[in-house]
Amino acid sequence: MTASAPDGSSALLVRGLRKRYDDVVAVDGLDLDVRPGECFGLLGPNGAGKTTTIEICEGLTEPDAGEVIVLGRTWAESGRDLRERLGIQLQETQLAEKLTVLETLRLFRSFYARGRAVDDVIALVRLEEKRRARVSALSGGQKQRLALGCALVGDPDLVFLDEPTTGLDPQARRQVWDLVEQLKATGRTIVLTTHYMEEAERLCDRVAIVDHGRVMALDTPRRLVAGLGADQIVFFSVAEDAVPRITADALAAIAGAAGATQPARATDGGWELPVTATHEAIPALLAELERRALPLAELRTHLPTLEDVFVSLTGRALRDA
Amino acid sequence: MRPAIIELTLVRLREFVREPEAMFWVFGFPLLLALGLGIAFRNRAPESIRIGVLQPAPAALAASLDSSAGLAVERLADDSAGARALRNADVALVVAAANGEVEYRFDPSRPDARAARQLADDAIQRGAGRRDPLAIRETTISERGSRYIDFFIPGLLGLNLMGSGIWSIGFAVVTARKQKLLKRLVATPMSRTQYLMSFLLSRLFFLVLEVGALLGFGVLVFDVPLRGSLWTLAAVCLVAALTFSALGLLVSSRARTVEAVSGLANLVMLPMWIFSGVFFSAANFPQAVQPFVQALPLTATVDALRAVMLRGAPLASVTGELALLLAWLVVPFVVALRVFRWR
Repeated sequence: MTASAPDGSSALLVRGLRKRYDDVVAVDGLDLDVRPGECFGLLGPNGAGKTTTIEICEGLTEPDAGEVIVLGRTWAESGRDLRERLGIQLQETQLAEKLTVLETLRLFRSFYARGRAVDDVIALVRLEEKRRARVSALSGGQKQRLALGCALVGDPDLVFLDEPTTGLDPQARRQVWDLVEQLKATGRTIVLTTHYMEEAERLCDRVAIVDHGRVMALDTPRRLVAGLGADQIVFFSVAEDAVPRITADALAAIAGAAGATQPARATDGGWELPVTATHEAIPALLAELERRALPLAELRTHLPTLEDVFVSLTGRALRDA
Repeated sequence: MRPAIIELTLVRLREFVREPEAMFWVFGFPLLLALGLGIAFRNRAPESIRIGVLQPAPAALAASLDSSAGLAVERLADDSAGARALRNADVALVVAAANGEVEYRFDPSRPDARAARQLADDAIQRGAGRRDPLAIRETTISERGSRYIDFFIPGLLGLNLMGSGIWSIGFAVVTARKQKLLKRLVATPMSRTQYLMSFLLSRLFFLVLEVGALLGFGVLVFDVPLRGSLWTLAAVCLVAALTFSALGLLVSSRARTVEAVSGLANLVMLPMWIFSGVFFSAANFPQAVQPFVQALPLTATVDALRAVMLRGAPLASVTGELALLLAWLVVPFVVALRVFRWR
């Protein structure tokens, strides 16, 4: 298996990718470099250009500009060979409702010159009990696992998963995560898009944070979070009648008193402050509120996450972006 | 592991047989249509025509009418009863006799009224003593192949080939496109030509069933003649089925919604429903539109089917129709392959 570029360094290389639809720029000069065997995540809100990017990499959409090298080859020169080596799960595909699990996988298996035994794939995606069930009778999570099975039946070197857990309940989501982790363990390269930061943190070796068709940051989840320079995120809110007195100046003073590493940001009816020394920051914050006669309503802290990284990069939350 | 073309064709077959409604429209509906029209237009002893006689009428005249085989005579009380019976089409003719004179009241635009007038006049004049100068002999015929049902079954067969080809493929393709299944399929190494071919192949399978059911029904129930060779008939059906499948692919090659493909399919099929001589002879249309009528694939199909079934035409004599159908097969398929929207 030569799942890498001629220089042995990239499973997927994207340079200067651009794509616009009518008057919307979907991808605006995007670069990526995915190493063989890693699980790489594109994290960003809906409309960030993740799906357009991944579909260009999958050879389903033509870019306006830029270079895409998949497994060391280009779509123009070796599209047919590449199709044999990729496993793809698209975001919105509904498989044929009237076919059974077994029939669906047999169909997809028949397209590939080499691949895995259909029964192995059924066992892998844990659908043994549903072998003969029609797709229409499957739950959302089972359908998604079947879609993953269809992506894996050709024994791919590189797997693209576009929002693999969107719309699933927490339990079904964890089952999909388990599957992706198993897949990682076999050394396959995985590229996935998601707008769930827990998913990116749990599954991905490296994450590119994408917004407005650009890569805002690219690193391991741990280093991205460390880049915030904060040990904790402190959330506070004040009594409703005191809210108008929290002016921009007051907020800057409060943040300064707490030793925040970045300006305070409004969220969920309160404000968030990234801080380093929590044991000093919280007393200082409380003292400053007291001094300004602002009655505290709520105080919470949490460990920084990729969500906070996204917020600090874009000023918006992933979930409401 | 089976080859992709087989798996793809099996998908088509499975999706079809697992859809009970589709089974009904393809098999049940044409049989019901044939049965209904066959009964409505079955050949039978001509019914008597109902006529009225105004009272009072001479006894001899009424007796002559009563004894006439083709007439059913009703006594009507007066002028207004006569006018009402005519207006309601209860009777085709009212006979009024007074002062040695006979009056016929009828609407000459109604063929049965004109026939009734002749029959009534004959009966009355003979009853009054008229003798015909020439001797007459009648021979009646009822030829298989000349009945309406004989004309209609090949038409219905052609209509069915067109409808199931265009509808089944149109809906299947658009549904797959709408569900992004087409996009998912082209993300695999699947051959696009094989995907489209699987539609044509699956049609061949259903063709045997559809044609078999309708033809068997016509032959067994209505004794429709099958004078040509079965092979010639099979060849015509095969080419026609592939042609309409190719048209189905073309109709569905760009449409994104079921509504859009329904509209297009109707646009394509409606002229053929009307002009192709399914229900009545296409020769009824004026000379000016005949080139258009004759260029339609359904006209060629129905003409060829009638020639083979009713007149026993050999393959060589339907080559014109087959050539036209082949053109309608190749051009739409190639165009469909080129313009097909996979996503």
